Amino acid sequence: MPDTPATITRDEVAHLANLARIDLSDAELDHLAPQLSVILESVAAINEVASADVPPTSHPLPLTNVFRDDVVTPCLTAEEALSGAPESEQQRFSVPRILGEEA
Amino acid sequence: MSEALLTFEESLEKFDPAMGLEVHVELNTASKMFCGCPTEFGAEPNTQVCPTCLGLPGAMPVVNRVAVESAMRIGLALNCEIAQWCRFARKNYFYPDMPKNFQTSQYDEPIAFEGWTEVEVEGRTYRVEIERAHMEEDTGKSLHVGGATGRIHGADHSLVDYNRAGIPLIEIVTKPIMGAGEKAPVVARAYVSQLRDLIVALGVSDARMDQGSIRADVNLSLAPKGSGGLGTRTETKNVNSLRSIERAVRHEMQRHAAILDGGGSILQETRHWHEDTGVTTSGREKSDAEDYRYFPEPDLVPVAPSREWVEQLRSELPEPPQERRARLQSEWGFTDLEMRDTVGAGALLLVEQTIAAGSTPQAARKWWLSELARRANDTGVDIAELGVTPTDVAAVQKLVDAGDINDKLARQVFEGLYAGEGTPEEIVAARGLAIVSDDGALGTAVDNAIAANPDVAAKIRDGKVAAAGALIGAVMKEMRGQADAGRVRELILEKLT
Repeated sequence: MPDTPATITRDEVAHLANLARIDLSDAELDHLAPQLSVILESVAAINEVASADVPPTSHPLPLTNVFRDDVVTPCLTAEEALSGAPESEQQRFSVPRILGEEA
Repeated sequence: MSEALLTFEESLEKFDPAMGLEVHVELNTASKMFCGCPTEFGAEPNTQVCPTCLGLPGAMPVVNRVAVESAMRIGLALNCEIAQWCRFARKNYFYPDMPKNFQTSQYDEPIAFEGWTEVEVEGRTYRVEIERAHMEEDTGKSLHVGGATGRIHGADHSLVDYNRAGIPLIEIVTKPIMGAGEKAPVVARAYVSQLRDLIVALGVSDARMDQGSIRADVNLSLAPKGSGGLGTRTETKNVNSLRSIERAVRHEMQRHAAILDGGGSILQETRHWHEDTGVTTSGREKSDAEDYRYFPEPDLVPVAPSREWVEQLRSELPEPPQERRARLQSEWGFTDLEMRDTVGAGALLLVEQTIAAGSTPQAARKWWLSELARRANDTGVDIAELGVTPTDVAAVQKLVDAGDINDKLARQVFEGLYAGEGTPEEIVAARGLAIVSDDGALGTAVDNAIAANPDVAAKIRDGKVAAAGALIGAVMKEMRGQADAGRVRELILEKLT
């Protein structure tokens, strides 16, 4: 994973918001970008103590190889699975048309 | 909206192709990658799902041990290094085929890396370098409603079934394959064909391309001839038969060549493959890797396979493809050419299984490389997926050997097999194909033939035995081919001499 720079530009925030499908107004971008920069700068302070000989960690516990056996366990029924779906059809989750902005 | 193409030959005169293949193998574990849902193909929609694979809040994934083992076995069979320590990563994207809004994959720490395999095409060996093999999970299946053909474009809305979401996948990525020149399309096909055989030998997947358990993305680029460089590539997604892999490489070579030759440049993008027309169309511009905002999966701890585990798996590997080919050729007594044709038709494993089911090597080769290869070619279906199994072929040959049918009738049995009419024995019975060995029925047909051809009969009575051919033909016609020509000849000669 690349090193994260300690500041973030307004354009980068706009790009990330687009990737995350979060609709931000110009005013919100003006407001949020500097705040995010402050957060990044604060976190970047860790770099001062974490030198190259300290491996980055993604998990607080020193565990590896936590596996499950390849055994089938009970599933939800289709009714249960679809119970939280705003729309369903033909026992499937119904979602708005895809690829509109990608086509 | 077909795009301009140069001919394949013109493309080769001006450019050198480089290919990269990304093959996804769906593992045949009983349960999914991170949860205990079953993985059976063809279940009713959304009946093999749970909070984990639906991405419901609070659900926690746990890695399937057998999937990790299968990943390592694939890596080892491709001569890869196995990571001492590696992690899963989240690949973030918004597309409803992954309900979590990310796919759990591996990013810069694949479980297997830096491997190679050797592919043989028409007597020449091509080395394919493997960049990596990593673990990830499959996505759900979308049905696009409102469009004409179920494709994405023009769809009004989409219906998603998550039964497939979370089934373990291994993605095997090659380094650029260069120097194949005019053989590039065939080398691409041969690589995937050999990979499929290897997957079958390892027993880690159903390896059914028609059911999507092996899927390939084909990267292609062209560089000016002799330059040794790499051009801009396109990635053609979901090319799901061996024949299509060959066609897609060929098509992209011709399409790139026309653009570059006209002074244009290639847009790095995803292409959609159209099986019916054999062309690709523009998908979307390829996102930069950063756009997926990969980061280490915090819900899963690292995988650190012990060297004992790795060595144990290595010791259980099936024999490597090149050694296997040499052994089988010697066991079967095939000539180099026979072996080359068998491998080239993608029939090596099928012939091996047919022999194991009781056929002789030459009979097995005969059916797969004539009747079945022709059928595969005519229908555009991969030879392994015609609906005819090695057991069927051995059974057909057994019927021929027993004198129940001849080669001509055997072709009708294959017709029945393509149509799914049952086992060869059932088809012979249902279609009434068995050779009539009842001398009564044959004798009547012989009498009829003699009566209808008095001139020919007279010649035979005069000792011109060679004339019997015409009568045999008449009898065979009346018996609709269901007679043993040798026995018919005997009966004719008995009656006339």
